[in-house]
Amino acid sequence: MTDNTRQKQPSFLEYQGRYKGILGWILSTDHKRIGLLYLYTMLFFFSVAAILGILMKTQLLAPGETIMGPQTYNSFFTLHGIIMIFIIVVPGLPAVFGNFFLPIMIGAKDVAFPRLNLLSWWVYIIGILIVLTSQFTGGGPPDTGWTFYAPYSFQTPTNVLPAVFGAFVMGFSSILTGINFVVTIHRLRAPGMSWLKMPLFPWTLYGTAWIQILATPVIGITLLLIVAERMLGIGFFDPALGGDPILYQHLFWIYSHPAVYIMILPAMGVISEIIPVFSKKSIFGYRAIVLSTMAIAFVGYFVWGHHMFTSGMSGRALFTFSFLTFLVAIPSAIKVFNWVATMHKGSLHLHTPFFWAVSFLFVFMVGGLTGLVLGALATNVHLHDTHFVVAHFHFIVFGGTGFAFMGAIHYWFPKMFGRMYDAKWANLGWGIFFIGFLSLYLPMFYLGMMGMPRRYYDYLPEFHGPNILSSLGAWVMISGILIIFANLIRSARSGPRTSEKNPWGGKTLEWQVDTPPTLENYDEIPRVDETPYDYRDYTGIDNPNN
Amino acid sequence: MYPLGASTFVPGVENAFVFILGIAFFFLIGITAVIIYFLFKYNKKRHPKPAHIEGNNTLEVIWTVIPLLLVMGMFYYGYVAWIPMKRIPDEGIHITANARMWSFSFTYEDGRVTDKLYVPKDTAIILNLNARDVLHSLYIPAFRVKEDMVPGLTDNRMWFQANNTGTFTIFCAEYCGLQHALMYTDLVVMEPEEFWEWYADTTALAPVIPEDANLALLGRQVVESKGCIACHSLDGTVVIGPSFLGKFGDPVRVITAGEEREILYDEEYVRRSIYDPDYDITVGFRPGQMLSYEGEVSEEEVSLIIEFLRSLNE
Repeated sequence: MTDNTRQKQPSFLEYQGRYKGILGWILSTDHKRIGLLYLYTMLFFFSVAAILGILMKTQLLAPGETIMGPQTYNSFFTLHGIIMIFIIVVPGLPAVFGNFFLPIMIGAKDVAFPRLNLLSWWVYIIGILIVLTSQFTGGGPPDTGWTFYAPYSFQTPTNVLPAVFGAFVMGFSSILTGINFVVTIHRLRAPGMSWLKMPLFPWTLYGTAWIQILATPVIGITLLLIVAERMLGIGFFDPALGGDPILYQHLFWIYSHPAVYIMILPAMGVISEIIPVFSKKSIFGYRAIVLSTMAIAFVGYFVWGHHMFTSGMSGRALFTFSFLTFLVAIPSAIKVFNWVATMHKGSLHLHTPFFWAVSFLFVFMVGGLTGLVLGALATNVHLHDTHFVVAHFHFIVFGGTGFAFMGAIHYWFPKMFGRMYDAKWANLGWGIFFIGFLSLYLPMFYLGMMGMPRRYYDYLPEFHGPNILSSLGAWVMISGILIIFANLIRSARSGPRTSEKNPWGGKTLEWQVDTPPTLENYDEIPRVDETPYDYRDYTGIDNPNN
Repeated sequence: MYPLGASTFVPGVENAFVFILGIAFFFLIGITAVIIYFLFKYNKKRHPKPAHIEGNNTLEVIWTVIPLLLVMGMFYYGYVAWIPMKRIPDEGIHITANARMWSFSFTYEDGRVTDKLYVPKDTAIILNLNARDVLHSLYIPAFRVKEDMVPGLTDNRMWFQANNTGTFTIFCAEYCGLQHALMYTDLVVMEPEEFWEWYADTTALAPVIPEDANLALLGRQVVESKGCIACHSLDGTVVIGPSFLGKFGDPVRVITAGEEREILYDEEYVRRSIYDPDYDITVGFRPGQMLSYEGEVSEEEVSLIIEFLRSLNE
């Protein structure tokens, strides 16, 4: 099936351009190589932040000081948050899988601005380096939490400025990627691919890109104001200088709440790709999913106040923000119903990516439904700033985005590397991870209900029991991660080679190109006249190579 | 599942919890069961030929409208239980709650200052929230109330009415730096008669210290109740400020108005360090870490602290 009459392009992995070796990667403008650069950077930093997380959970195994003191714990949760939010989940799926697959899925040879794309990665790396200097210079690692709340962030002697400035620089990477994707989707779709014939992952990237473009400048300005305040003593946020600390919270969350949708929308896109492929059935309610994606991207701008229900805002503002928060729950619910309906009367193929997608549904529902408890005013007052919130956002950000990321890598792995992973180890890793995840985070809901506040390196004895379970869960989960990573890394280097174009029987365009894709993806730009999820030709007989 | 309720807000908050969690569990269990059922029923072994269904507009409308109605119900329950928290009565006992890194104190109308909050049952308690340095948050889980304490924000108030006697925990819920986890104190709810007896007892304002009292021990109680130990250790380890251990009477090198000099660690030095902490900064430490305790630690208490520091040398 691969014998073309014309001269075959080399695969993007083998292609030898102007530079050799590592330069051929870090100076490459190929969207696929850039996607992999992001992937490797993120895997490295994810491991660092996960180790910080496991050390924190070990500290919380018993009341009192078990393995670290308060200063260490406080700088650990700060760095854990900064890495996980700014380096991993915000760029996350768009930077890795968006870069790699967006052009292929819409029938393009690359993104609209390949050099700008490479610049985005470099800006991202420079931002990371600036953040890292905060750990080793000045007054020591910052201890403010990733939220940098005023006025504490102005009073702590630790090295807050480089961390803030690094996050500011990374914001530009996010904005540039957003612009690139919006233009790519508008201008480079294959002939015949109207908006409503575009696959759902590109659709979610489109919604995400707009949030990146419109919301990220707000955090950029806010972080600059912090720099001005700390360096020049201008009182924006510090009451000692006549500033307003609640203004800081507004500006921070005007970005950081939409940022949650930057994290979760592409995850929803990935799940919308995986479920039809492994159900061998058209996605249920394509238009409803598209509409709900854009609705989330839009309404998500207006709910930031629910992070501030106890901060001293006026009652009328709280009323409004609570109401809008409940509205934004609806599009997410619609998606869940559509995904489950897609499985109905399908022919379910239980492979690793599908396990991740189905477990995503469960953890995303837990995260979303507990969000309702936090969205209501009276219950929020009790749970605000407790472990309940920590559990909730880990279920959404790690459960949602993280599970989708794992699903995505197991789904697209053969296409990206031209090799296959060991399915048994992959499934085992998934099982251990899933059990560990639940026992790590479920007890935190209970702790929050009992009233244990967050960001505590020590706690009263009454909170001990659930904390033991949670710490043990963390160790189980990290074992799962080790198995998954070991399997993927080993398979990427020496797994069995495959040039099978379409191992899962997918209908979207990335499964019609070579494995691994050639330098320019397509010899000829395809024409697209079909909807992306039509399985009417599926005979019930799978590809024997599968 | 959570701490026994002890304020008038509890029943309303409980209702909201039951309503929202009830619906949440119903959907979570229901949808999960459907997914598991599908995994078996439509497994490719049992169901090799999939149906072709692109969607169903009626279903889309149903599962948009029903959740919309349900979440509006949730919003309503959350809202009605929250209104009373914001309707602060005029009649009641007004107490100013002060927060600083990392301790609470409470100033009553007669000027007494306590480190625990003492209140009568069945009486409206109105707290004026006052933060000295950074954001804190006053959180009483058993009462289901929480409000941030914002430096510079005047007229920031919360209220509650206890309907059970007992001792409950007050936590700081907003991250406030190094010893955030240790910033908690007790809320003691008494029968009204008992409370007014306690309140009328003015010896609490200026305690008469018996002749044979162990002054050092009383000093230790002051040091513990004011939260000094969060920064000044008793065992020689350096936390934020210099340790209390074994220094009294020794010479100490300090920086005063930019000039390094050597002074004696004496009563005058201790008093100045409490009321004007940045006047003399011990070499090796940073200014600006401690705010004055003027008005929070009385002259008598300073004398007790000095007795305690003296005793550490022995």
